[in-house]
Amino acid sequence: MSTITNNASGGNLSPEALSLKHRPRPVEALIYGFLFFCGIVSIFTTLGIVYELGKESLLFFSTPGVTIWGFLTGTRWQPQAGNFGILPLLTSTLLTSGMAMLVAAPLGLAAAIYLSEYATPSLRKALKPTLEVLAGVPTVVYGYFALTFMTPLLRAIFGKDTVEIYNTASAGLVMGILILPLVSSMAEDALSAVPNALREAAYGLGATKLEVAVQVVLPAAVSGLAAAFLVAISRAIGETMIVAIAAGAGPRFTFNPFQAAETMSGHIVRISGGDLSYNSIDYNSLFAIGLFLFIVTAAINLVSQQVVRHLKRNTQ
Amino acid sequence: MNGPGLSFPVEFDPTLPRRHSSGNIFARFFLVSTWAGIAALALLMLTILNDSIGYVIITTEVDPASLAVNGVPYEEQTNQQLTDILANHLSARRLRVLEKETPFADLNQAELVLLVEQEVLDPEAAATFSMVQSLFDRSMVNAELAEHPGATMQMRFWLQPGLLSNSGSSNALLAGIRTALYGSLWIIAITILVAFPIGVGAAIFLEEYTVDNAFYRLLRANITNLAGVPSIIYGMLGLAIFVRGMQPITSGALFNAVSGDPAAATGRTILSAGFTLALLILPLIIINAQEAIRAVNPLLRQASLGLGATQWETIWHHVLPQAMPGILTGTILAISRAIGETAPLVVVGAATYITFDPTGPFSKFTTLPIAIYQWVSRPQPEFRSLAAASILVLMALLLSLNAFAIALRNRLQKKQ
Repeated sequence: MSTITNNASGGNLSPEALSLKHRPRPVEALIYGFLFFCGIVSIFTTLGIVYELGKESLLFFSTPGVTIWGFLTGTRWQPQAGNFGILPLLTSTLLTSGMAMLVAAPLGLAAAIYLSEYATPSLRKALKPTLEVLAGVPTVVYGYFALTFMTPLLRAIFGKDTVEIYNTASAGLVMGILILPLVSSMAEDALSAVPNALREAAYGLGATKLEVAVQVVLPAAVSGLAAAFLVAISRAIGETMIVAIAAGAGPRFTFNPFQAAETMSGHIVRISGGDLSYNSIDYNSLFAIGLFLFIVTAAINLVSQQVVRHLKRNTQ
Repeated sequence: MNGPGLSFPVEFDPTLPRRHSSGNIFARFFLVSTWAGIAALALLMLTILNDSIGYVIITTEVDPASLAVNGVPYEEQTNQQLTDILANHLSARRLRVLEKETPFADLNQAELVLLVEQEVLDPEAAATFSMVQSLFDRSMVNAELAEHPGATMQMRFWLQPGLLSNSGSSNALLAGIRTALYGSLWIIAITILVAFPIGVGAAIFLEEYTVDNAFYRLLRANITNLAGVPSIIYGMLGLAIFVRGMQPITSGALFNAVSGDPAAATGRTILSAGFTLALLILPLIIINAQEAIRAVNPLLRQASLGLGATQWETIWHHVLPQAMPGILTGTILAISRAIGETAPLVVVGAATYITFDPTGPFSKFTTLPIAIYQWVSRPQPEFRSLAAASILVLMALLLSLNAFAIALRNRLQKKQ
């Protein structure tokens, strides 16, 4: 707009103004430079994560007595005794995430089917944002909920002798509530994307509503549902505050969900929350756990993206 | 059974009733599952409310009634009278220490009252009850009260003015979240200042300036992946880069902004925390802003370019104003995510116990979620009540932010 007024007010147009040659525009170039910088900040973030985690992990693995094999297969994590086996941290992470998926997968899928296939549009419009409020609650609040509501409930049901004050079951169940809206929202998107012609064809053949939903719509949306589950698992593995508050302190190699056991993220938070000197093996070992966590979650996320891409290609 | 004229036998499909009944059962299961999430939300809110209100049995070092002068309770006495109370009840050494921190003459009446409560009365919660216990189990409450002779009992709503105006304290009855709130606000301000321009800039770059080639596809895929990185990894990145790597900058030593010994300065400051959270929410802001920019009608761009505007003029005058409602909504949602974040800030090094307000970007910090985390981690029930009341503040803050985002979007959309 300003270009027009400038030219119009110019009156006598000089030959340069009439020239259609590309004029240098330093301000535009400057702005482009700034925008380019903004665009590649994310690349530097990723490089920074990989570099810092990798560097400290290298220091960790080059410490005498620490081997990658021992790290991946050791069943004891006792930095004081020089035992660095990630398995106790890993099993408790799997316990809490598994427990969370046990809650979130069936409930989330059922809620998605209800929202997509059964609910009226107005009800869906009201229910979906309400469910998503759950995803917006800070995780520290869920930690409080796990410790003050879920743990006493579990102890009342299964007995105080079986269920410890800190336990992975309570953390996992509450984490399920946290990722429930993630599953239901993504799964609902996948189900809604199934073309209506499929539903109508099935109804035309005399299928009931349940048969349409489960035998026609679900199989058609299966890759979208898989992606939803994968994202939820990755979120559960990386989730920190709930396990830091409710799952207990201290690594422990156990498969009993009613016992206290520290997860990978919980361990990082507890150790780094205390006084930690740089360049110590404790400090380096945290980055090795962090790198492991990063690789696992990134791998799951990449697979889920591939699945979604596959889905898009198939529906087009 | 079959009528003479009926051409379809009733048992046309003998499985039909079974199919219908299983359909009904599953329909109910789907409905119940949907409401399970909402029931969980309601349970969560009820648990918080239950803990944030209830009877407290309080024992004090000195009977508050004995501090009254001529029937005027200590809360309403003058500065001079309050200073006298302090002088009468405290040891000379303790008085000197307090006087050295801040001279009594500089304190106002409310601060003196607080000092009297902290130093002279030193109230202690002998027992704390939840709302349900207070309402339905009075006999237990009374039995507990009988065990503490001289104690007073009060119905306490833990979300009271003192919670907002007091700083952190090891005494649950006197502890507040002022320091934590200021810390949260400082950090969020820095996060917004860093993340908003860079995030919107990146979104503009990706949507308006890039072509479809391998490098830019990688750039886009990278942002999606960053959004899925666990927040604690960002905390470790912040610890390694901002706290350690950029220590001269983030501790303020480079700008001589540190009071006291510069060697003691660490990078565990508000600035580091703000930068860390900015990196954390950057992918969210970019993805939301990209969507908003993509939704702008391409005809608008073509019309503007056709009239001779440069690319940046087109973006600044036409694309951005159209996309702004979407960009702002996405940003506010990302900010509310940042306000609730706890884990990365613990890793970056939030101070566990500070009583002074942050004074600038180079101060040590604690935030509201971190205060909640520390209180929840304590076994005493009074700290649990304190945490519940602080959660109410945090949730109110987040809800009002979200409501603001929705209102803003509606308003800006109406304007166009």
